[in-house]
Amino acid sequence: MALSEKDVQYVAKLARLEVTDPEVAKYTQQLANILEYVEQLNKLDTTQVEPLTHPLDVKNVFRPDEPKPSLTQAEVLSNGPEVQSGHFKVPKIM
Amino acid sequence: MKNEVLSKTIHEVSADLKAKKVSSVELTKAALDHLEEIEPKVQSFITITRDEALKRAAEADQRLASGKDVTPLTGVPLAIKDLLCTKGIRTTCASRMLETFVPPYNATVVEKLYEAGAVSVGKTNMDEFAMGSSTESSFYKKTRNPWNLNCVPGGSSGGSAACVSSDQAFGSLGSDTGGSIRQPAALCGIVGLKPTYGRVSRYGLIAFASSLDQVGPFAKDVEDCGLLLGAIAGQDPKDSTSADLPVPDYAAEMKKGVKGLRVGIPKEFFPAGLNQEVADAVKKAIVELEKQGAKVEEVSLPASPYGLAAYYVLAPSEASSNLARYDGVRYGLRVPGENIVEMYSKTRAAGFGPEVKRRIMLGTYALSSGYYDAYYLKALKVRRLIKQDYDKAFGKVDVIATPTAPNPAFRFGEKTGDPLSMYLEDVFTVSINITGLPGLSVPCGMSESGLPIGLQLIGKAFDEATLLRTAYAYEQATEWHKQKPALKES
Repeated sequence: MALSEKDVQYVAKLARLEVTDPEVAKYTQQLANILEYVEQLNKLDTTQVEPLTHPLDVKNVFRPDEPKPSLTQAEVLSNGPEVQSGHFKVPKIM
Repeated sequence: MKNEVLSKTIHEVSADLKAKKVSSVELTKAALDHLEEIEPKVQSFITITRDEALKRAAEADQRLASGKDVTPLTGVPLAIKDLLCTKGIRTTCASRMLETFVPPYNATVVEKLYEAGAVSVGKTNMDEFAMGSSTESSFYKKTRNPWNLNCVPGGSSGGSAACVSSDQAFGSLGSDTGGSIRQPAALCGIVGLKPTYGRVSRYGLIAFASSLDQVGPFAKDVEDCGLLLGAIAGQDPKDSTSADLPVPDYAAEMKKGVKGLRVGIPKEFFPAGLNQEVADAVKKAIVELEKQGAKVEEVSLPASPYGLAAYYVLAPSEASSNLARYDGVRYGLRVPGENIVEMYSKTRAAGFGPEVKRRIMLGTYALSSGYYDAYYLKALKVRRLIKQDYDKAFGKVDVIATPTAPNPAFRFGEKTGDPLSMYLEDVFTVSINITGLPGLSVPCGMSESGLPIGLQLIGKAFDEATLLRTAYAYEQATEWHKQKPALKES
């Protein structure tokens, strides 16, 4: 599965990363090297193996649904790059 | 001039504090003065919190005077990796993206240290978003290895390791996603522990790869390591993956000796071409354990050599999802754009460094339509094979001993040109994150050029006590942990 510059441009777009042409060239080569290394996983037969998403047994954890103090609106907004009238302000979406 | 009290361990200085031989304010001032004096050489810190530290030290002195709620950490100056949220204190993850981020809350581990009466002198340098093995990917500075200032301290928790090694702090917290505590501990000649996944709360730990991340301690010796682990371990209602298990009395457990303990040696961790000095030091350490009555036997972990390849699919995949939150809306950097997508893309291009971008793209690729099965799902299946190997080995042995890192500390720039060569630094540490098991690095030798070498001990899930016990027995019989770096270039 050779990685092309087009693939890298596509992935950068999916990841919302603006990339320059020289960056695309560099990342294509570096990512291709890493993927080539990763290909060794195919040496292992995993047809009968279930995927393991979590290292140890995890179970749902429940707690009573009781109101508790939480961060104030001012605290939550305190790191916002642009804040107006209690909201995070963003550029136009539509 | 460095005050000699700073060379002591936590358990030694804690006794001095309790005996009123020194006050926490005096100790903290001495630590900060030394820290600031050598900081131009070592560069361990992103943010130094002198005022906050002295305030907490004064509170600790009141506590020590009253004799109530005094713990072994009360009044002791420590340091915190800059990816653990500290209320009112900037937390950057060594990224330009979070240059101005001031968390409105504390990570649970930070809260626990404060509750124990500990003092924090500052936030330590690291690889950007904990992605790296040399701390060179920090946006802010390059931390230097106290044993040779021309070498890296390891990573990603390089600042947390260097500051303890050079007596800027008595201990510190780091995080370990693929070796980021154990490898820098080995390269800086100190003790570092990655607890079992779930042993320590991740609440307020800024996420890299959520199924692999754990917070853990750096310490000057094994006893201190146990004290720090005891202080931060335990279930947390704010982290649903934290385990509902009692925390043992590590100080008592670790002193039980290793007579009859079964130690497994996996041949896969001693491949042809392994650095000879590393191989020799680790083998000598195993002989020492045997001398003390441990039973050494070979075990096999045939899938573990594939751990690194699986890791470099799984960790970037999780990272690409976790780091989607940095979009210039709620916190961190924003670069203006004509519309929201342009704003996102410009913000992320300017806020992230090259290693973070590489991993985000790698993960996005592995999770994208058409490649998910070939990469992500395949890596998850290999993850199970690796886990099964360890389960089988731990049916026969109590602890597994390996090298921590394949080499002693390397020079700046040596591996930054080729990302894969940097990734290979993690070859012995990643499978422990993949399997969730606990791992500890303890100093076990010196290279001819005067650089430390680490022995990695791997334990059963939630059996940190046996790791500490093994490391403690080894440490008692050796002098490696007593050596101090000269802070020189060579």
